[in-house]
Amino acid sequence: MAEEAHAKKPLPVLSFLKIPEQGDPYLEGHKCKSCGAVFLGARSVCAKCGTRDQLEATQLSNRGKLYVYSIVHRSFPGIQTPYISAIVDLEGGGTVKGNLVHIDPDPEVVRMGMPVEVIYEIAPRKDQEGNEYLTYYFQPAA
Amino acid sequence: MGETVYILGVGMIKFGRFPERSVPDLGAEAALLALDDAGLGIRDMEALYSGNLLQASGMVGQRILQQIGQTGIPVVNCANACATGATAFREGWLSIKAGLHDLCLIVGTEQMGKAGLLGGPGGSRGIPTEGLLGSGTMPAVFAEAGMEHTRKHGTTFEQFAKISEKNHHHSTKNPKSMYQIETPLEKVMTAEMIAYPNTKLMCSVNVDGAAAAVIASESKARELGLGRAVKVSASVLTSDPWSERDLTMPDVNTCTRQAAKAAYEMAGIGPEDLNLVELHDCFATAEILHYENLGLCGEGEAGKLIDERETYHGGRIPVNVSGGLLSKGHPLGATGVANLFEVTQHLRREAGDRQVEGAKAGLTHVIGLGSACGVHILERVSA
Repeated sequence: MAEEAHAKKPLPVLSFLKIPEQGDPYLEGHKCKSCGAVFLGARSVCAKCGTRDQLEATQLSNRGKLYVYSIVHRSFPGIQTPYISAIVDLEGGGTVKGNLVHIDPDPEVVRMGMPVEVIYEIAPRKDQEGNEYLTYYFQPAA
Repeated sequence: MGETVYILGVGMIKFGRFPERSVPDLGAEAALLALDDAGLGIRDMEALYSGNLLQASGMVGQRILQQIGQTGIPVVNCANACATGATAFREGWLSIKAGLHDLCLIVGTEQMGKAGLLGGPGGSRGIPTEGLLGSGTMPAVFAEAGMEHTRKHGTTFEQFAKISEKNHHHSTKNPKSMYQIETPLEKVMTAEMIAYPNTKLMCSVNVDGAAAAVIASESKARELGLGRAVKVSASVLTSDPWSERDLTMPDVNTCTRQAAKAAYEMAGIGPEDLNLVELHDCFATAEILHYENLGLCGEGEAGKLIDERETYHGGRIPVNVSGGLLSKGHPLGATGVANLFEVTQHLRREAGDRQVEGAKAGLTHVIGLGSACGVHILERVSA
């Protein structure tokens, strides 16, 4: 049983979602030690200042503010709508895109600038080999 | 810099859906129209710069020459997202500026069919992230760009929708537009919502199309006669410089602002000197952003500009009198050249029912997401 459970450990939906052996999953940024710019995903050169090999991994905050959004009513075949496509500025740096959930998809309700938090859940989709994936969502901050 | 460049001829096919025809076939028709307009033949052309996106590896330029004359001239095939046509034009402009050529043919062509939604994540590894990690569809990406304007300046859904009402109205006077249908504001606002605040009628139309131009050095233009020639006063191409959210939320503003600034400097004129603008209204939200990016109004005044009908035909600075991408249609690789076709027609006073009276200077603008921005300023030669 233990071996089977291990085999079913979810995969990260994107490379910058980290699932440590111990502790909670988190989003990882890479911060330039020279200029302070924060990027999603590993890289060796800073796109802002061009400095090489000065990017260090940093754990991004699970708290942030909704920058902008769109309420998507038509997407590709098979994608459930409506949903809120959100751009979130995380506290301390890093801008991330994701679905904003647990709020009505209604422009009268969604407020730009509202505090949100990052939550982690198993995605409702599997790959062709049946692997599960851990994904993140945004929800209004408690 | 080298000699000033002039447009001697332009051509454009009526935008529409032509599933029975091929991409080179559409491009060849536009090329012949431009050559006829210039009073020249394919044997006069020293190079061909061909813009096409969806068959970028398909040697479209050479296949156009296989239809209209294989003269052995150099052919460059360009792809630069929705800035493809403008990039091809600028490559030709550069070759004349460099003193290599005196006469070049530019063709932009695209076959879209009913392509549906564009964008979304690529790649085959893992699981699809569309609708899980937000949306990568173009209507949503440009909706989010519009909402940034709403956040900063309070721009309303109705103001965005007015852009589409205007451009559909303009297209009723353009026989080469895909649609020529009056579309009242209420109809725009109650159309199917695709990605708030963009309804279906606030999204550009996927069409097939082609446009072409013949350009010349100043010495060649004078030799042939400057009568109907139009001066290319500025040609600028930028890519997206680093900005805070660009890698998550494509920034179409900064590259446009930098291109516009460089173009006004190169031309020695400002936005107040323009009589018309053809800008990249891929979505209604985008046109609002570019009013400010191109300096057509002050910061935060774009909503007021459309409310006061300043960008309608007859207003202070008419924008997209062709009908724009929203109604004329958006055949990606052809769009940049089609914009130049439109402004050239007005500067030559040959734009028929939609002529902007007394037009002396005009600007064209395209954005290829990812990002590339092309800006050209054209000026009338004769008084």
